[in-house]
Formats: sequence, structure tokens, C-alpha cells
Amino acid sequence: MIKNFRFAAASTAAAMLVAFGVTSSQAATKAKAAKTVTCAKGIKIAFMGALSGDNGQLGQNMVDGAQIAFDDWNKANKNCQIEFAKKGSSSFDSQGDPAQASPLADKLLGDKKIVALIGPGFSGETKATMPKFEEAGLSMITPGATNAKLAENGWKQFHRILANDDKQGPGIVTLIKGKGAKAVGVIDDASEYGKGLADTVRSGLGALDVANDTIDPKGSDFSAAVNKMKAANVDFIFYGGYYAEAAKMVKQLRDAGVKATFVGGDGVLDQKFIDNAGATTAEGSLITATGAPGNVNPAFQAKFKAKYSKDPTLYAPEAYDCAQVFLAAIKAGKPTRAAISAFVSAYDADGITKHIKFTPQGEVAGDTVFSYQATSGVLKYIGIVK
Amino acid sequence: MVRHFRPFYVAVRARPFKHRSCMNFTNFINTFWANTISGLSLGAIYALIALGYTLVYGVLRLINFANSEVFMLGTFGSLAALWILGVPSAGAPKAGIALLGTLALMLVLSILFSGGAAILLELLAYRPLRRRNSPRLVFLISAIGASLAIAEAVGAFGARKREEYPFGRVWNTRKNLFKISDFDVQVRHVMVIGGALIMMSGLALFVNKTRLGRGMRAVAQDAETARILGVNVDHVILITFAVGGVMAGGAAFLYALFFEATRYNAGFLLGVKAFTAAVLGGIGNITGALVGGLLLGLIENWGAGLFGGQWKDVIAFAVLVLVLMVRPTGLFGETLGRSRA
Repeated sequence: MIKNFRFAAASTAAAMLVAFGVTSSQAATKAKAAKTVTCAKGIKIAFMGALSGDNGQLGQNMVDGAQIAFDDWNKANKNCQIEFAKKGSSSFDSQGDPAQASPLADKLLGDKKIVALIGPGFSGETKATMPKFEEAGLSMITPGATNAKLAENGWKQFHRILANDDKQGPGIVTLIKGKGAKAVGVIDDASEYGKGLADTVRSGLGALDVANDTIDPKGSDFSAAVNKMKAANVDFIFYGGYYAEAAKMVKQLRDAGVKATFVGGDGVLDQKFIDNAGATTAEGSLITATGAPGNVNPAFQAKFKAKYSKDPTLYAPEAYDCAQVFLAAIKAGKPTRAAISAFVSAYDADGITKHIKFTPQGEVAGDTVFSYQATSGVLKYIGIVK
Repeated sequence: MVRHFRPFYVAVRARPFKHRSCMNFTNFINTFWANTISGLSLGAIYALIALGYTLVYGVLRLINFANSEVFMLGTFGSLAALWILGVPSAGAPKAGIALLGTLALMLVLSILFSGGAAILLELLAYRPLRRRNSPRLVFLISAIGASLAIAEAVGAFGARKREEYPFGRVWNTRKNLFKISDFDVQVRHVMVIGGALIMMSGLALFVNKTRLGRGMRAVAQDAETARILGVNVDHVILITFAVGGVMAGGAAFLYALFFEATRYNAGFLLGVKAFTAAVLGGIGNITGALVGGLLLGLIENWGAGLFGGQWKDVIAFAVLVLVLMVRPTGLFGETLGRSRA
């Protein structure tokens, strides 16, 4: 549920370059070219996630991103062809639904040629299937399941390549404080995601948070919250919720003459936020996300564009990083479930989105939060929150 | 709670004093006029939708649950007008004849969509049941079914967009007119409250002074007797639905200008609130719908200001229950049928 809307945030952000990670990935490519790897025939790395249904595009983004890494690998290593996300064999379309993911996990584990898993894409399906992967000792890295609690189950095979939901709140607080806020208002939509994020922001802001309110996202009129923000004379307003209501909220705030900078989390990261609020209304709004922007790595961006004729989409860079970790494991000459699992746990190298090293709980080290700003009608990437 | 209470003057003087109790008196006082005007504005929309419930209930003793979807279709009527005229969602407001022409087309299409939907609803969902003398419960199920079917059909048609369809700003209703305390009263506030009062008065005149209105009151009092005395009951019922639909269309037009956006489930929560307003004022009573709507809007905003937005609905419904305990037929009682004929 939480995931549905946040994942709908299609990242089409363009502009500024963040060049970190370029050198390492280029170096990796060169190293691969120098020494080709030989391995057993028919090794597969599976993908599980939503490939159809409401959030089908997001799973497809993940497959697209990872596919770039496999294409490079298979071209460079003629004697070690690895199958990835092939329909009916190593692609498992759960539609993002935990109920559908469960039987797929059994099917996946039954295929002994599958040595690792990229996915599941969303938090709900990860929660539902993870005990099975754990029991079978199949190493997985998720490029998109951000529910913080997933890492608290003691699962050894669980890894996630981006910061979890709990890391985003502190990132937002850093962002707001860094802009020199004097008084902040925090509004949430009473949803698990929106209120959860807003509460983290509230406790992080402490005394800076001078006005709080909750709205009903099904309602049309947010005047009580708007009036409260106006009376409190805040200069920043954080909204915990999704883009549809965020657009309404920022519009009603501006209509009432509230000029405070509007701030949202990844639930708001969607071009439709700007389209619906209106470019002038949304102008200057700040939005954070744990998923990297499409232009996080120019080399990857160029390859992606060449293959799919578009900029890397949301979670494609993360999926590419997942693939790189597993390919490094196979390159180390250990194409078995147990060996890959051990290798991933000890992994320590730069990826294109961040430096990748997993904690014993499976979280990626470092809490990278990316920030965007609504600028002239588009979401512009403005850098990592520091 | 009581310990934290500070008198009115302390709270005002102590600005920006921050209250830590569950009741935020500082905010309640600082936002009093803002919440009053915006509460009345939303209440006016509640009132206009409430009329659809009240009229049909007054005549048929039927809660037409689909009235909220009749309203929602009306907002799409206004949107259709903008599409037809090719008004971009980010254009400059119009003026003069162009403005009047656009507004007129929006109003006409809203009324056509809502009125048409209400008439179809009566012909397809209710009349066949009446012909078969179905029990009351069946009407209710039919009403709920129609309501869901319409909302879901519009949702499916629009690919279940979560976000709203934005409207272009044809009329600068955000212009500040005058200040009450430090709240800027804008054109939209005056428009929606004034619009509701005008439509309400027009309706009262129609029901009390015209021949069709007399027919409606006759059927409301005693349908059988009215039939014997030569009133075409089916015709009167159809007119009742149409009038309720027209009112919903008017509400939709005002809503479109007020919020400048709509979506497939826009009617749901408003419908529940409007129904509540109708019951609060006394279902079947036109004045009751107006007062109930305005009052509900006020209570909601005052409650939200005092306790926080998460308590808005709790307070509104608590007040409803309290009113019904004291006056089971609502503030003004059910009088459409019993009004001075």
C-alpha cells in the first residue's frame, strides 16, 4: 500500500551531474574486458517484482537498469553467459502483490540454476517471501523495498541497496535546517507512510516545528490546516503524504497567501505534483527521495539511453548496482547460492548510486538521500542531502 | 486539560505562545475568522448537495445515495466546458464577455451533467423498482449500487488517476476583497456563500410558489391521495430528481471555481458530509439543509482549529449525535410535506 504511490513517482529529473562512482565503474568495465570468466552453463539470476498491474512500470524500470549490467557482462564473457529476467524462466511477475509473490517464490527456489535474486521490488512482497529465501539460503538484493522494519528480522540473505524510509526523515530535517528555516509547519495525511515520515521529521526538527496538523486525503478542503500554517507564520512546510494531495495542498496554501517553501518526501516525487499544482504554484518546492536520479552516473545514463531511448527511470540505477554486486560474485568464481551469499555479505566497493557495503542487517552503509526542486515546471535534481 | 486552560486575552497576548495540551486555544483564536469564513464556504457547498438528499427524501422517503456522484459528474461538466473551449490549465484569467461566456457554459454543462444523471438515475435505478412495489431496502441497495457504479465508471474511464484533473483559472476568484481580522476574504468565498443563498432562495420559491412545487408538496404529503386528485406522481418524482440534480450541478459549478480541480471520488466524502448536513438541519427541510450545511462546515473547521485536523470528523459527528439526541428530526424538523401548502 505504502509502496504503490511512492513507486509511481517516475523519475524524469534532468540536469546537474553527480560524478561520483564514474571512475570505479569504468575501471570495473576495463578489468572485465581484460580477463574473461568461465562458468557453468545456464546460470540464472532472477528478478521478482511488479512487471504488470498498477505499478508494473516500476518493476520494468528495475529490470531495464539491471539488464544494462548483464548485457555488458554477457558481451565480455562468452564462456559465462548469465540469464537474467527471462520470461517464463527467471522473471517472476508478482504485480507487487504479496499474495502473488508467495507461490512465485516457491517456484523460483525450485529452479536450482537460479543462484541469486534481484528483488522483490516492493516492501510487502519482500516481507511475504523473505522467510522462504532465507531458509533456502538464496541471496537477494532489493532495489526498491524501503520499509525500515524489513531489516529487523535477522534475515542473513536480506540486502537493500538504498536507504530505508527511516533514513529519509533525518535527510529532510537536514535539508530544511540547511536552508536556514526559522519556523516549520508539518502536515501529514494520516497514512502509515505519510504520518510515519512526518513524525520522524517532527522529532528531528524539535523546537523548529511550531505547527502541526493532519488532513483527510479524501477531502477536498484543507482550509483548517492552511489557516493554521498561515497563523503560525512558518517559512517551511513539510507535507508527509503523496503527490496527489500534495498538489492540492500547495495550491490551497498559495491561494490563501502562504508563501512558505513546500517540502515533500518521495511520495511527492512525481512530475504530476507540479502538473497538477501548476508550475508557478509548485515553483521552489523541495522533494527528497532515497532512489537515485537518472543522471546519477553519466556512463550508465548514456548506456541506458542508447538501449531504451530514454533517461534512466526510477530505481533503474539501484537495480544496476544490484546486478554489479552479483556479477562481481560470479567473477570471483563462485556461482553457487551459498558462495554468492557469503560474497555479498563481504562486498565493499563503489556502485553508481553510492558506495556499497552491507551492514549485518542487510542495510547499505551510509544514508544517501537525494533532493530535487520544482524549477520552471520540472523536477530538477539538486544533489545529495548533506 | 483544564490545568492548561488560559483565558482568551492571555492566549492572544502570548503570541506566538505554543500550547502543549490537546486543545490548541492559541490556534483556535488566531485562526478564528479564517476558519469561520472557509468553514462557511465549504458549508455552502455541503448545503447545496444536501438539497438533493433533502428533496428526494422529502418526496419519496428515499435516501438517494447516488446524489454525491450526481454532484461529481457535475464537476466534470464544468471540466468538459473548459475542454470544449480549449482553456489551458495554466492560462491567464479571462475578463468581460469571454469570462461570462465561459462561466455560462460551465454552469450549463454542470447542470446538464448533474440533472441528466439524476433523471437517468430515477428512470433506471428507482422507477422500475417502484413499478414493482419493491421494499424500501431494495431502493437503498439500488442507490448504493448506482453510487458505486458511477464513481467506479468515471474512475475506470480516467484510468483511475490518483491525482485530480486541474482546471484552468478562468476567473480570478483568488482576488482579495476585504479583510476580516487578518483573513483576506476572496472573491471565491463571497461567490460560494452568495451562490448557495441565491440558489436556496430560488428553490424555496419554486417549491412554495409554483404549480410543480405544489405538486411536489402534494406527493410528499400523501402520494396516493395526490394521484387520485390527478397529480401525475411519476412526473412529479422525475421533476424532484431533476431539481435535486440541478442543485447538485450548481454546487459542482461553484466547487469547480472554488477548488479548480476534481477527481472521480470527489463526491464521496462531500456526499457523506452533505447527507450529514441534511440530517443535522432536518432531512426533507430546505432551510434545514442550508443551515445544516453552513453549521457543519463551521463546526468542522472550528473543531479542527481547536483539536487538530485528525479530530475534524469526530467532532462533526459528535455534534450530529448530540443534536439528534435533543431533536431527533434535526434542527428544523422534516417539513417539506408539511410546509404551509
